[in-house]
Amino acid sequence: MTALPSKKLEAWRYTDLAPLAAISFGAPPAAVAQQLPALDLPRLVFLNGVLSQNLSSSLAFAQPFVPGAETSAQPLAQINAEQARDGVTLTIPDGVDAGTILVISHASAGEPFAFHLRHRITLGQGASLTIIDIAKGDGVYWHNPVTDISLAAGAQLRHYRLQDESREAYNLSTIRAHIEAGAAYEHFTATIGAKLSRTEIHAALVGEQATAHLNAAQLLTDEQHGDFTTVVAHKAPNCPSRQTVRSVLAGLSRGVFQGRIEVDRIAQKTDGYQMSRALLLSPYAEMDIKPELQIYADDVKCSHGATIGTLDDAQLFYLRSRGIPEAEARSLLIRAFLDEALEPVQHADARVLFDAAIDNWWRVQ
Amino acid sequence: MSASMQAIAEQKYKYGFTTDIAMEDFPRGLSEDIVRRISAKKSEPAWMLEWRLKAYRLWLTMEEPDWAHVKHPPIDYNDLYYYAAPAAPAPKSLDDVDPELLKTYEKLGIPLNERAALAGVAVDAVFDSVSVATTFRDTLSKSGVIFCPISEAVREHPELVKKYLGSVVPVRDNYFSALNSAVFSDGSFVFIPKGVRCPMELSTYFRINARNTGQFERTLIIADDDASVSYLEGCTAPMRDENQLHAAVVELVAMDNAKIKYSTVQNWYPGDANGKGGIYNFVTKRGACRGKNSKISWTQVETGSAITWKYPSCVLLGDGSVGEFYSVAVTNNHQQADTGTKMIHIGKNTTSTIISKGISAGKSENTYRGLVKILASASGARNHTQCDSLLIGNECGAHTVPYIESRNSSAKVEHEATTSKIAEDQLFYCRSRGLSEEDAVGLIVNGFCKDVLKELPMEFAVEAQKLLAVSLEGSVG
Repeated sequence: MTALPSKKLEAWRYTDLAPLAAISFGAPPAAVAQQLPALDLPRLVFLNGVLSQNLSSSLAFAQPFVPGAETSAQPLAQINAEQARDGVTLTIPDGVDAGTILVISHASAGEPFAFHLRHRITLGQGASLTIIDIAKGDGVYWHNPVTDISLAAGAQLRHYRLQDESREAYNLSTIRAHIEAGAAYEHFTATIGAKLSRTEIHAALVGEQATAHLNAAQLLTDEQHGDFTTVVAHKAPNCPSRQTVRSVLAGLSRGVFQGRIEVDRIAQKTDGYQMSRALLLSPYAEMDIKPELQIYADDVKCSHGATIGTLDDAQLFYLRSRGIPEAEARSLLIRAFLDEALEPVQHADARVLFDAAIDNWWRVQ
Repeated sequence: MSASMQAIAEQKYKYGFTTDIAMEDFPRGLSEDIVRRISAKKSEPAWMLEWRLKAYRLWLTMEEPDWAHVKHPPIDYNDLYYYAAPAAPAPKSLDDVDPELLKTYEKLGIPLNERAALAGVAVDAVFDSVSVATTFRDTLSKSGVIFCPISEAVREHPELVKKYLGSVVPVRDNYFSALNSAVFSDGSFVFIPKGVRCPMELSTYFRINARNTGQFERTLIIADDDASVSYLEGCTAPMRDENQLHAAVVELVAMDNAKIKYSTVQNWYPGDANGKGGIYNFVTKRGACRGKNSKISWTQVETGSAITWKYPSCVLLGDGSVGEFYSVAVTNNHQQADTGTKMIHIGKNTTSTIISKGISAGKSENTYRGLVKILASASGARNHTQCDSLLIGNECGAHTVPYIESRNSSAKVEHEATTSKIAEDQLFYCRSRGLSEEDAVGLIVNGFCKDVLKELPMEFAVEAQKLLAVSLEGSVG
C-alpha cells in the first residue's frame, strides 16, 4: 500500500496520521442489520463498505462499480485507487433533474478494518442532482472515500455531507470536482464524528461562470481532530467561488482549516471569497487556519478572512439580561454563528438533518 | 503602455556605480580556514572563534530551505568570497576615510560628515564587510548608549555580546543563520542602558561593492529596562551581473517597558529587466520582547533585491508586550519576494498588529507568508492582521500564505486579506483632474501603502515614497 502522508508534507502539517498508521486494519467483516436514518428518499446503502442490494433503492441512473486504474499524486487518493472495491457510480443524462439521492455508509467494527469507497458522479449538460451523504458507524475503522465529480455545462450538483462517524473512527475523504461553464457545485459538510477526520476538496472551475460554494461546519469535542482542506482552482474567466467555514471547538479538540484559492493567468474577473471563523469553547481547544491566495491574474477580486475567538461576553450578557438562561443563550449564539455556513443549504430534508445533528451535538455538551 | 511610462520603465538603476579602490580579499570558498582567518582579521577572542567554528560545522550538516515561493539556480557556496574589506587600515576619523568611499556615500545621499550633523543621524556605514566610519559616537556615549561595529563590541563589551548574541536567533535556527554565524564580518551593535531614551535615531547604511562577495552582517540591539531606540537601516548596492548573496541576521532584545523601532528601506540591486543579476537577500530578523510591556516594531519598505526571503518576527514573552509589523513589498520585472512576519504570543495580554501591502508588477512574484501563533499561556492575547495585494499587469503573481494557530480561548485573532488591481475609476478620477497616468498610479499606490509609510521616521518616509514611484513607474498602461 502507498505510504500515508507524513506531517512533513506542507498539506499535512496540521493533521498527523501517526495514530492511524499505528493501527493494523483488517478486511471488512460481514454486515449486520443496522438502524439507518429514516429519511424518505431513494437511497444507496453501504454496510461495512459494500453496497447492500436489499437496503438500496433501484435507481435508473446508477451503474455497477468498475475498479479504475489511476495514479494520483495525493497519497490518500492513490491508496483509494489501489484498494477501492465498491462505490456509487451515477451518470445523469443531459437536461435531467434526478432529484435527491441519499447515500449512506454505515460501518460496524469488531476488529479494526478499513474500506475505500470510490464514488463517481457525472452530470450531463443542464442536469441536476442533490446528494445527501451520511457516514455513521461504531468501533474502530478507517473510512477513506474518494468522490470524483464531473459537471458538464450548466449542470447543478448540491452535495450535502453529514460526517457522524464513530468517535473511534478515522474518516479521510477526498472530493475532486471538475466544473464546466455555467455549472454549479454547492457543497456543505458537517463534521461531527470521528476521532480524526479530514475532508479535502479540489474544485476546478474550467469554464466561464462556473461556480463553487464550499461550506463547512465543524463541531468537535473531547480529543477529536477535524480538518477541512480546500483547493479552488480558477482556470477560466468570470468564475465566482465562495467558502464559508465555521468551527466550534470544545474539550481538547483541534480544528483545522486550510483553504487555497488559485487563480490562473487567464482567469480574469475572478471573484473569490473565503471566510473562516472559529469559536474556542474550552481553554484546551486549538484552531489552526491557513487561508492561501495564489494569484496570477490582475483583474480579480479575491479576499479571505479568518477569526479565532470565544463567545462574546457582551452578547451573552445581553441575552441573559433579557431572561434567557445561560445555557440557552450560549446555544443561541452558537446557532447564529453556524448559520452563515448553513444558510446556503436550502434543501428541506438536508436542513432538517443538519439542524437535528447540531442540536444533538449541543445537547450532549 | 504610454511612451512616457515606457521611458520610465526602462529607467536605469541609479545607484548602479562601482567604487574603484583596492580591496583586500580572501580566496573564494568557505572552509574552517576561512572562518579562522575572518576571526583573526577581527582580532577576536578565542570564544568568538569557537562560536563561529561550531556554527560552521553545524551549517555543513544543514540543508538549504526550499519552501519559499522563489526560484533561483543553485547557489555555489564555494564560489563566493566571504570577506572583503578596503585594504587601507581602519580609519580613525572621517578625514582618514578613503575619499572614493566618501564620494560613493555622497552619491547615495548618506549624511556622513557635516551633513550628518544637519540630518541629526548617526551613521555606522558598512562598506562591504567593515564599518568605515561611525559618527556621533561621543554624543551617544555621554548618555551611556553603546553604538559601534559588532566586531568592536566583541572586543570591548564581550560580556554583553556573550549574553545576547544568538539568544534570539539561535545558530541552528535556519540554514542562513548558521552560515551567518560562521562568517559574519560586521554589523552594528547597540546597547541602550536602563531608563535611557536614545537621543537620536541610529542608522546603518549597508552597501555591497565587491564582486562576488556575500555580505553577512550581524546586528544586535538591546534595550534595557525603560529604554527606547529607533534604528534605521537602508541598503543600496551597485550594479553587477552576478547574483550576490546577502544573508544577514538581526537580533533585537527589549526588556521591561523598553521600545525598539526598527525601520528598513531595502533597495538592493534588483537585477535588470530580464532578470539578470541582482541580490539574493536571505535575512533572518527577530526581536524578543522579554520584558513586561515591552514593544518591538518592524517597519520595512522592500523595493530591491532579485530575491527577498525575509520574515522579521517578534517573540512576545513579557506580559503585555507588543509586536508590530508594517511592510510594503514592491516587485517588478523578474523580482521575487517571499516576505512576512511571525508573531509568537507567549505572555499574557500580548498584542500584535500586522499590516502588509504587496505590490507586484512586470513578471514578478510577491508572496506574503506569515505566522500568528497563540500559545496556551497567552491569555487575553490579541492579533489583527491585514494583508493587501495589488497586481499591476497580467504576468505577475501575488500570493498570501498566512498561518494562524490559536490555543487559547480568551485570545482574539483576526485576519483579513484582499487582492485587487488599481481600479479604473480611481485612475480616471485622478486623470480627469489633470494628473498624468504615472502620477495617478504613484498617488494611488502611495495611498494603498499609507498605513505602512506613516510608520516610517520622517527621513525615510520621503525616500520610501520616491522609491515606490520609481520602482513601479512604467508598469501600468
